[in-house]
Amino acid sequence: MNILVCVSYVPDTAAKIGATPDGSALQLQGVKYILNPYDEFAIEEALLQREKHGGRVVALTVGDAAATEILRTALAMGADAAAIVTDTTLDSYGVAVQIAEYARAMNADLVLLGRQSIDHDSFQMASTVGALLGMPSISVVSKLDIEGTRVRAERDVEGGKEILEAELPIVISVQKGINNPRYPKLPDIMKAKSKPIETLQAQSVPARSRHIRYEVPQQKRANIILGDSDADIAEFVRLLHEEAKVI
Amino acid sequence: MTTAVYIEHRAGSIKRASLEAITAARGIADRVVGLCIGTADTQTLRTYGVHEIVAIEHAMLTRYSSQAVAEAIAQYVRSAAVGALFLGATAQGKELGPRVAVLLETAYLPDCVALSKEADKLVAVRPLFAGKIRATVEPLTERVVVSLRPNMFTARPAETPTEPTQTTFSPELSQEHCRVVVTDVVRNEGKLDVLEADIVVSGGRGLKGPEHFALIEQLAAVLGGAVGASRAVVDAGWRPHSEQVGQTGKTVSPNLYLACGISGAVQHLAGMSSSKVIAAINKDKDAPIFKVADYGIVGDVFEVIPKLIEQVKQLKQSTAS
Ligand SMILES: Cc1cc2nc3c(=O)[nH]c(=O)nc-3n(C[C@H](O)[C@H](O)[C@H](O)COP(=O)(O)OP(=O)(O)OC[C@H]3O[C@@H](n4cnc5c(N)ncnc54)[C@H](O)[C@@H]3O)c2cc1C
Ligand SMILES: Nc1ncnc2c1ncn2[C@@H]1O[C@H](COP(=O)(O)O)[C@@H](O)[C@H]1O
Repeated sequence: MNILVCVSYVPDTAAKIGATPDGSALQLQGVKYILNPYDEFAIEEALLQREKHGGRVVALTVGDAAATEILRTALAMGADAAAIVTDTTLDSYGVAVQIAEYARAMNADLVLLGRQSIDHDSFQMASTVGALLGMPSISVVSKLDIEGTRVRAERDVEGGKEILEAELPIVISVQKGINNPRYPKLPDIMKAKSKPIETLQAQSVPARSRHIRYEVPQQKRANIILGDSDADIAEFVRLLHEEAKVI
Repeated sequence: MTTAVYIEHRAGSIKRASLEAITAARGIADRVVGLCIGTADTQTLRTYGVHEIVAIEHAMLTRYSSQAVAEAIAQYVRSAAVGALFLGATAQGKELGPRVAVLLETAYLPDCVALSKEADKLVAVRPLFAGKIRATVEPLTERVVVSLRPNMFTARPAETPTEPTQTTFSPELSQEHCRVVVTDVVRNEGKLDVLEADIVVSGGRGLKGPEHFALIEQLAAVLGGAVGASRAVVDAGWRPHSEQVGQTGKTVSPNLYLACGISGAVQHLAGMSSSKVIAAINKDKDAPIFKVADYGIVGDVFEVIPKLIEQVKQLKQSTAS
C-alpha cells in the first residue's frame, strides 16, 4: 500500500503570538515551532497500516525549509521516505494542490492527515485534497479498519458517532484516540539523520482567499470574582440569572 | 445577491447551526435559498424568512455520502445565480464546505465567527492560533463558500415570515460520487453533547477522582447542561474523550461555560474562550481561568458545588411557579 502522510509545522500551543499595531502582519518572533500534535496520530496510523498491509510510507510537508525538522521525526518514527515542498506564500488551497499533486505522482492508496493544523485550525485539508484527487475522504476519524480495498471508519459527530464505509484510494484525517503514537528510539533518531529528504519546488497556485487584517482579541469579560460564602454563592446564581440571563 | 444555505436536518428537524446560518445570510443577502437534501421542516424555514426552498432529490442520496451531497450542492449552485453558500461548521459542514469549494473553484472561509461587508464585498473574521488572533479574511474569487462556527451567530426568526417558493433539484449522480457512505449513526442516548448544549459544566483535576464527577453531573443536570472535561481528566481515564474541551478536544461556544477545578491552561481556553459567559470555581484565586471568567467563585468544589446545586434548584422552582 502506498501511504502518504501529511505533516505540518506549527507554532507551539503555548507560544505568544501578536499582531503589528496596524494589523497588517503577525508577530511571530521567538516562537518555537513543533510537529502539529494531530499529525503524530497520522504518522502512527500510517505505520500501523503499513505493518498490516505492507507497502511504503512517505511523509510530506509544505512549508518553510525549517520544517525539515518534523520530517526527521516522521522518519525516526519509521516512515520510509520524506519530502518537502518549499513554499511560504501559498494559502490552504495552494497547499492542498501541492499535496494532491504529490499523492497523484506517488499513486497513493491512502493519504493520512491530522484533523486540524493548530495554527489556522481550519479542518479543511482532508476534504480539499480528497476533492482535488476525486477521492472520497473522511475527517476526524477515531477508528480505521482496512480490509483489501474496503475501508470502515468511525468518527465523532454532534451527539454521537458515525460509522462509514468507503473504498480505497481514500483521504483520511485522524483524531486523538485512534492510536498511541510511538516515541522514536535513539538509534532510530540517529538513523533518520542519514535518510534522504526530497526537496521540491512548489508550483504556483493563485490564492483564493487572503488575510487582510490581524488583531489580538480584546476580552471584555465582567470578571466578578467572589468568595465561597453562602451569600457569595447566592450572588453568583443571581448574576448568572439576572445579569447574564444564562440560567 | 443570492445566498444559499445548506440546511442540515435530522428527520426533518433543522439543526440550530443552519438556522444561525440563515439568520446570518439574511443580514447580508437580499435573497436566501434553503438547500435541503429531501424535505426539511418548511414551516420553520418560512418563519426564518427563506425566499426559496430547494429540495435536492436523488435515489443515491438516501444514504448520506459527503461526496455525493457536495457534488449535488455544487451542481445546484452552478445552475443558479448564487453568490455565496453558507453552512454551519458542524461535523457535516466542515466536510462539505471544502469539497463544494473545490468543485466550484471558489474560496472557502472556514469556521467564521463574524461576517460583514467591506466595499460591498463579503469579509469574514476567523480565529487563528486557538483564538489568540482574530483574522479578517476576504475571498479572492467571485463566489464564496463560508462555514459559520455554531453558536456565534444568533438564530432569529425574520420580522415577517416569507412565502417561500418550493422547487426540486435533481442532480446528476453516479456510483462514482458515493464511494463513501454513512452506514450507521450511534447516538449517545440521553446524554447531551457538549457541542449542542447551551450550558456546559466541565470538571478538571480539581475533582480529585472519577467518582467525584457525580457532582459535575448533578450540577449539569439541574442547569440542563452537558458535562465537559479537561484533558488532564480525560488522559487519566476519568472521562471519555468525547467530553474533552480544548484544542485537542472540542471547541464549544455555549451560552454558559462553567469550569470547575480547571486551571485554565491555554489549550483548554482554546476550546471554550468564545463562550458567551464564562464562570469558574477554583480554590486558587490566581488560577488563569479567572482571568477570562465573567463570574468566579474562589472556593473548594466539594463545598461549593453542593450548595450551588441547592440554590439553582430553588431558583428553578421559584421561576417555574
Ligand atoms: C498540545 C497540547 C494540547 C492540549 N490540549 C488540551 C485540551 O484540548 N484540553 C485541555 O483541557 N487541556 C489540553 N492540554 C493540557 C493543558 O495544558 C492542561 O494540562 C490541562 O488543561 C490541565 O487540566 P486541569 O485544569 O484539569 O488540571 P490542572 O492544571 O492540574 O488544574 C487543576 C485545577 O483545579 C484546582 N483545584 C484543585 N483542587 C480543587 C478543589 N478542591 N476545589 C477547587 N479547585 C481545585 C487547582 O487550583 C487547579 O487550578 C493540552 C496540552 C498540550 C501540550
Ligand atoms: N503545510 C502543510 N503541509 C503538509 N500537510 C499539511 C499542511 N497544512 C496542513 N496539513 C495537513 O492537514 C491537516 C489538517 O490541517 P488544516 O485543514 O489546515 O487544519 C494537518 O493535520 C496536516 O496533516
